[in-house]
Amino acid sequence: MNINNPASFDEAMSHFDTRVMLENAEEQARARHYEDFLIVDVDSHHYEAEAMNEIIDRIEDPVLRENSRFAKGLNLSSGGQGPFGNQEMTGRITRYPGRKHEKVPPTPHRDITLTHRWMDALGIDIACLFPTPMLGLALHPQLHVEVQLAHAYNKWLCETILAEDSRIKSMLYLPLTDPEAALRCIEEFGERPGVIGFMVTSTRYRSICENVHMKVYAALEERGLPLSFHSGYSWQDPLLSASTKFITAHALGFPIYNMMLMGNWVMDGIPERFPKLKTIWIESGLAWVPFLMQRFDNEYMMRSSEVPALKRLPSDYMREMFYASQPMEMVNNAEALELTFKMINAESQLLYSSDYPHWDMDLPSTIFDLPFLDMQAKRAILGENARKLFNLDPQLSAAKLAKKVSYTQR
Amino acid sequence: MRVFVCDIDDIEEGGVHILKFENIKIGVYRHRGAFYAYKNLCAHQGGPACEGRLMKKVVERLNADKTYIGEDFDAADPHIVCSWHGWEYRLLTGENAVNPNIRLKRYEVTQQDNKLYVEV
Ligand code: FES
Repeated sequence: MNINNPASFDEAMSHFDTRVMLENAEEQARARHYEDFLIVDVDSHHYEAEAMNEIIDRIEDPVLRENSRFAKGLNLSSGGQGPFGNQEMTGRITRYPGRKHEKVPPTPHRDITLTHRWMDALGIDIACLFPTPMLGLALHPQLHVEVQLAHAYNKWLCETILAEDSRIKSMLYLPLTDPEAALRCIEEFGERPGVIGFMVTSTRYRSICENVHMKVYAALEERGLPLSFHSGYSWQDPLLSASTKFITAHALGFPIYNMMLMGNWVMDGIPERFPKLKTIWIESGLAWVPFLMQRFDNEYMMRSSEVPALKRLPSDYMREMFYASQPMEMVNNAEALELTFKMINAESQLLYSSDYPHWDMDLPSTIFDLPFLDMQAKRAILGENARKLFNLDPQLSAAKLAKKVSYTQR
Repeated sequence: MRVFVCDIDDIEEGGVHILKFENIKIGVYRHRGAFYAYKNLCAHQGGPACEGRLMKKVVERLNADKTYIGEDFDAADPHIVCSWHGWEYRLLTGENAVNPNIRLKRYEVTQQDNKLYVEV
C-alpha cells in the first residue's frame, strides 16, 4: 500500500490502526521501563461528535433533542472556533483521516477501545479524557444549548465510558455561563465513578469571577474537586481574526484565553476566598506562566491598592496552582525550559499531559528525557503529582503488568 | 552489512517500502529513478517518519513588488513528513526542512540484478 500515491491514500487509511502508527511509542516505553511506574495523562481527547447520536438521545429538552437529531448535531456546534483551520495538515497527520476507519470489536464502547490502544502504546495507566469540538461550546449564542449539551454529554460520558472503565477519568464540562446549571452538574455528577473534577472551557468572553459564580467554587472546594481551565482557540475572536495564518491563531489563542482567566482569577482574589480549591491550567504550554508572573508582580508592586484581596505576590498564588505540560515549548532552548520548571515549582505542580490524539501531542518521553530532572522528579511529573491531586488508585495498567511479567521471564 | 530490501519494481515511482531488520525499520524511497533509504525514526519525538506521507515542498509565490500571489508545490524537493506531528525532512538529503543540522539517519542503497539492498 503506497500512502504517497493520492489514489491509494484513502485505501491506506481504511486499514489505519492506532497500534501500528504508535509502534515507535511502544518501543520508547519499553526502552525507558515505563512498566516500573505510574503514568497519568491529565489531558487527552476523544471526538464526541463520533458518538453524537448517543449524546443527543440524552438531551433533556424534547424540542432541542428532535432538532438536533434532524440537524445531525450541527445546530449544537458553536461555530465559535471559526474556520477550523488545517488541523489535519492535508493528510500529514494520518491519525485524523485514519481514525474514523479504525476497526474495533463490538464491545466495549469504541471510545474505550481506541483510548486503550493509544494509552497502552504510550505507556499511560490512567487518562483524563476531554471532548474536542465542545471546547468551543461556551461561544454558542444560545446559552440553553450549552447547558443542555453539557448535561447530555456529561451524562453520556458517565454512563457509557467512565462507569465502564476504571482507567479513563474525566473532569466534566462545567457550563459556567449559567452558574445554577453548573451547580446542578456538580451535584448530579460530582460523585460518579471516574469524575475527578470539573473543566471550564477557557475560550469565552465573560468574567468567571462574579458573585454568581461563588457558589460554584464553594461547591467544588467543599467536595475537594479540582477545577481545570482547558484552553482553545477561536479564529474569529476579534483579536485573533487578524491572524493571517492558522498557526498564529492557534499558537496565540491557547495561552491568551488562559492568561485572561488567570488574571481575573488572581486579581479578584479567588485563591484567597477558596484557598483549598485546586486549579489546573491546561493546554497552553508553559512559557506563558513565567511571562505572566513577571508582568503581574511588576505591576502589582505599583498598584497593590487596586487589588486589596491579595495578601501575597500574584506569582505566589500562581506557583501553588497546577499546570498541564502540553504543548511543552522545547524546540531549541533547554535553559529557558529549565528556568520555567523552577519558576512554576514543576516538581510538585506540573502534570504530564499528552493531548493525544491532537496534532501537537506530547509523549511521556518529553518529560522523561529532560536532562535536568532526576528520576524522582520525572516520576512525580509523569504520574505522582496527578495521583496525589486526584487521589487516584495507583494501579498499573494490565498491559504494563503483563510486560513486567514477560520481562522478568526473559 | 548488506540487507536485501525488495525487487526494484516492488517500489513504484514516488513510493516507499518499509524494511524491518532486527530492531530497525528503514524506509526505502524511489524518486525520479533514484533510491533513498532512511531510518524510520523522527528526530522530534521518535515518530515513524517514513510511514508518513511524501509531500512536495510548499513555496510562497510573490510578485516582483513583494506582493503575495499564493503558494505552490516544488516537485523537485519532496519532503518526508512524519505523521505524528508533521516535522518535514528533505527526501534528497534527509535534512530537516527547517534546520539542516537535524537529519534522518541515512543508509546507502545498492542495486544488483534488479534487486535493492541497504548497507546497515
Ligand atoms: S515525532 Fe516526528 S514529527 Fe514529532
